[in-house]
Amino acid sequence: MWDNPKNLLSRQDIENLQTELLRENIDYAFSNVKFYKEKFSKIGINKSSINSIEDIQKLPFTTKEDFRDNYPFGLFAVPMKNIVRIHASSGTTGKPTVVGYTKKDIDTWSDLVARVARSASVTDEDIVHIAFGYGLFTGGFGLHYGLEKLGAAIVPASSGNTKRQIMLIKDYGATVLVCTPSYAMHIAEVAKELGINPKEDLCLRVGMFGAEPWSEGLRKKLEEALGIKAYDNYGLSEAMGPGVAGECETQNGMHIYEDNFIAEIIDPDTGRPVKDGEYGELVITTLTKEALPLFRYRTRDITRLNKEKCACGSIFARMDKPIGRTDDMMIIRGVNIFPSQIEEVLFGIDGISPHYQIVINRVGALDDAVILVEANEHLFFDDMKHQRMLVDEINAELKSALGIEIKVKIVEPSSIERSIGKAKRIIDNRKI
Amino acid sequence: MDTEVYKIDQISVFIENKKGRFFSVTKVLKEAGVNIRAMSLADTVDFGILRFIVDKPKVAYDALMDKDFIARKNSVLAIAVDDECGGLSNLLGIITKEDLNVEYMYTFINALEKKAVMLFRFEDIDVAIEKLLSSDVELLNRDYIKNV
Ligand SMILES: [Zn+2]
Repeated sequence: MWDNPKNLLSRQDIENLQTELLRENIDYAFSNVKFYKEKFSKIGINKSSINSIEDIQKLPFTTKEDFRDNYPFGLFAVPMKNIVRIHASSGTTGKPTVVGYTKKDIDTWSDLVARVARSASVTDEDIVHIAFGYGLFTGGFGLHYGLEKLGAAIVPASSGNTKRQIMLIKDYGATVLVCTPSYAMHIAEVAKELGINPKEDLCLRVGMFGAEPWSEGLRKKLEEALGIKAYDNYGLSEAMGPGVAGECETQNGMHIYEDNFIAEIIDPDTGRPVKDGEYGELVITTLTKEALPLFRYRTRDITRLNKEKCACGSIFARMDKPIGRTDDMMIIRGVNIFPSQIEEVLFGIDGISPHYQIVINRVGALDDAVILVEANEHLFFDDMKHQRMLVDEINAELKSALGIEIKVKIVEPSSIERSIGKAKRIIDNRKI
Repeated sequence: MDTEVYKIDQISVFIENKKGRFFSVTKVLKEAGVNIRAMSLADTVDFGILRFIVDKPKVAYDALMDKDFIARKNSVLAIAVDDECGGLSNLLGIITKEDLNVEYMYTFINALEKKAVMLFRFEDIDVAIEKLLSSDVELLNRDYIKNV
């Protein structure tokens, strides 16, 4: 299954390699990035402070704010002459996060994405339809270069015009679909409207979905609707882009490519490592990047790590699908709630439309949250009794999953705004 | 005997309980050239279920689905009731005696002279037809409703 022998390193080999690369990288950043030089000098850190992998905890964290403070190129370790690509993340607030790549970085990145694709069973025989936006966002180009390296035939469809995309998928016989999971669902729905049965009329067999959180329930729905096996992968532009981690065919967590990254899980409040296997914030250190070495970057993604050997043979740590982001976490009536928990309940109920939205208001001193779910044929009964029973059932399931009462409201079809990129799941009207 | 002739097509539509939605539905039907024969609204604070008997059920259903409403087609029975004291009560007595479960009912206004017409949704329409035909109840067939 694995093409790359590095996927089969032992835990000891991995840690030795990581320690070695980390030491070199500290030296490299110290000499080439003013920001790190100052940061490391201040607390007396240098290469010789690292003697085992645990010593990484001596290093300070890097955050999104550090990117903002050094906007646009302040964290780059090479002169612009050596930079061959620039990407940026969509900053919802303030300046975007800018990242740069050397020629060698692009090569490393392509290798990583090729490994992710390979482990999702994609080969050079596949025709891959990429419906990620091509642009500053790392998703489009990242997958493109990686899959090209793998030797697959790429259809760089980019985003927009769903009907045309479906025509291309059908006419060119795409076998692999690359996009966000919510857009994949949109494709399935539009295909149905066009009278196309994706399972019979399209050749798709694999979906590589990412760039937004999605649940196991949505995975099943996508697999059912499109007749595919859906794989998850993980990445973030600050660390590289896609290619940080990806699922193997066992689909029991995403293998982190630990020969290129060090992953830690910390308690987001204290910054201390959590116990093995517990949920916390994922922290990533890069080991092989030239243009933008990164130390202990706080991803804000909440997940957990499994370091047991996988059935596929690889010992690379597996991360769960992030259950949310530290900044996505909603506190409703004092209880921490992630949208993914709500999604899990909704998608577990037969016939629930994947289009939902959580609206939070403050009424007096109390939080009032309601989950809007679009009606569809399965959710509409002609009599009140059944209609109410359905709503009661959903409400009861939500209460047992969340620990607090959040009610569902069924709304008319298409009344929740559709997204081409990331789905807008939360409307928080509280002014706190 | 063909009992299908007693099944009157009904269209139900899900609407949110907010201003103008009721009107939007009737507008869609009007634009599709559909005439509403009878109508009832069951509603809660959040949502409502609109039910119609129309002259062209298929056209009505397609027009609504096309405009992104969620609609459902099913069948109800039309029963004529003497427009005099105790008429409805007699009918309900028969329905209870026959042990038929009514999911809901509503009136078909001005349908017949000296008689009121009630529309019934039964849990099991076939059993209801069979039992009502063998009792003293005036079950109206499709054509009757069409000509009203
Ligand atoms: Zn594996």
